[in-house]
Amino acid sequence: MPHNILVVGELDGGTPSSTTLELLNGAQGLAGGGSVSVSLLGTGASAAAAQAAGASKAFVSDDANYDTFRGEQWLPAVQAAVEQSGADLVLMGQTTVGRELGPRLAFRLNTAVAMDCVAVTDNGGTIEATRPAYGGNAQATYTFATTPAVATVRAKSFDPATGGGAAETVELPAAGESRVNVTGKEVTESAGLAITEAPIVVGGGRGLGAPEAFEDLKNLAAAIGTDKAAVGASRAAVDLGWFPPSEQIGLTGKVVTPDLYIAVAISGASQHMAGCSGSKMIVAVNRDKDANIFAFSKYGIVGDWKQVVPALIEEFKKG
Amino acid sequence: MHIVVCAKQIPDPETPPAAFKIDAATNKVVPAQGIAPVLSQFDGIAAEAALRIKEAGGDGKVTVISMGGESAQAAIKQVLAMGADEGVLLNDPAFEDGDSHTTAKVLAAAIKELGDVDAVFCGRQAADWDMGQVGLLIAENLGWPVTIIAKGVALEGNALKVERVLADGFEKTEVNLPAVVTVSNEFGEPRYPKLPQIMAAAKKTVTKKTAADLGLDPSEVGKAGARLQLQKLFIPEKGAQVEFIEGETPQEQAANLVAKLKADKAI
Repeated sequence: MPHNILVVGELDGGTPSSTTLELLNGAQGLAGGGSVSVSLLGTGASAAAAQAAGASKAFVSDDANYDTFRGEQWLPAVQAAVEQSGADLVLMGQTTVGRELGPRLAFRLNTAVAMDCVAVTDNGGTIEATRPAYGGNAQATYTFATTPAVATVRAKSFDPATGGGAAETVELPAAGESRVNVTGKEVTESAGLAITEAPIVVGGGRGLGAPEAFEDLKNLAAAIGTDKAAVGASRAAVDLGWFPPSEQIGLTGKVVTPDLYIAVAISGASQHMAGCSGSKMIVAVNRDKDANIFAFSKYGIVGDWKQVVPALIEEFKKG
Repeated sequence: MHIVVCAKQIPDPETPPAAFKIDAATNKVVPAQGIAPVLSQFDGIAAEAALRIKEAGGDGKVTVISMGGESAQAAIKQVLAMGADEGVLLNDPAFEDGDSHTTAKVLAAAIKELGDVDAVFCGRQAADWDMGQVGLLIAENLGWPVTIIAKGVALEGNALKVERVLADGFEKTEVNLPAVVTVSNEFGEPRYPKLPQIMAAAKKTVTKKTAADLGLDPSEVGKAGARLQLQKLFIPEKGAQVEFIEGETPQEQAANLVAKLKADKAI
């Protein structure tokens, strides 16, 4: 059955974000002859429409007041785009934007949203959304009693769309007022490769015992290659103040999907696995052979990280 | 200053995966033997944030509200033991098996009924369904502004200064009361009530409310009012069968692992 789909796009340096391109590809797969539209808000939106691969129509506003996301400013614009596009399915990323916009947009459209979905499918014409629950211990599949169906989708759930962008653009109104004022922003400096982009991620957990241990993990990443490997941490380690929250891997942090995830002194709580179980391969180093992390791992070393990590560094340095 | 904290009782998220079971016929989690349900951890942190504001101001009141069965009294008592003043249990069979939309509708009706509420603090998400919707939907129901995933909250005059967590750092926001804030684990650990406080909490008032008390029709709450319909709850396949790397020494183990990763073209 054809679906008309609106992707709530986000701009990253004036071009559609990687998540936006993934959603556009997912939308193309689900449309089944229906239309795929995109909304883009902020500086450069009109120009970015041409790069929104797979969308036939773009709802845009170049108003710079949209550059910093404020829910109350984005809501009327995105709601207008949903209504004008005739969408019966609205997709957005599980991002700072989607986390706030999803529930509020659904409320204003008298419908519902499924948050943090890993799959959105068409089952005989009915949209089904599947998402992790119970900290990743379970997955839940939902249908919607109301339209449009709204889903926020986890990063890397689809491959990015390629090809031509939107041929037609429709102007959205400029931003209105917001009752929430944004008075400042602090960007956490992260040296080197982002954990969400790195092909190899080394993750450290509470079992490391001390914050200094992350220096050893950084040395391990450096031995693998600074252009290939990045270091992240479990929530337990972040809550102890051992590593910055921006580098937290897990349900409430970042979702990483590297080719190789090396989990060091991480027990494998569901909350953490929700952030790394999409890795192509997991390798774990843990003292406890019954640790949950091994249930997800292809290879495991049972041992003390203090001895294993230096040995791995030496081995990787050999090339 | 009257702050409402919304609190949910959930199955203990620290339940070992081996003890986590689902009843396929009802699409519900089977309570693990001997593991008591707990206050959703983010709600405890939201309570901590509310109590710190109350204490900094010297006066004010914190009311904890929970929607759930009789057992949810335990979650309410825990927040009362932390220092909240009063509790409200929203308890009605009609509330069961709803979604975020119906839950927020019930909570918002209870907050409206209290009448003099200045702020609502919720956890960033319930640590069972992990949707992260209810705080936002309470705000929409009440027509209040909302700021989510806070790591810091302070009251200045009639405004809340909220630091919220972003993917690449933090954002400072300001919002006039009344407002809704959802609080994240970056805020810090909640206090741990001591025995005298737990004893004192037992004497604090917990009021019970039903759908009728809140002027809600049974058709608009719980399963009858839900818009999101759970079709299937299941335990996903883990896939991997771990191969433990052999070796007499860590050096040998490391060499063997790297050799395997090379053979797999993983590095």
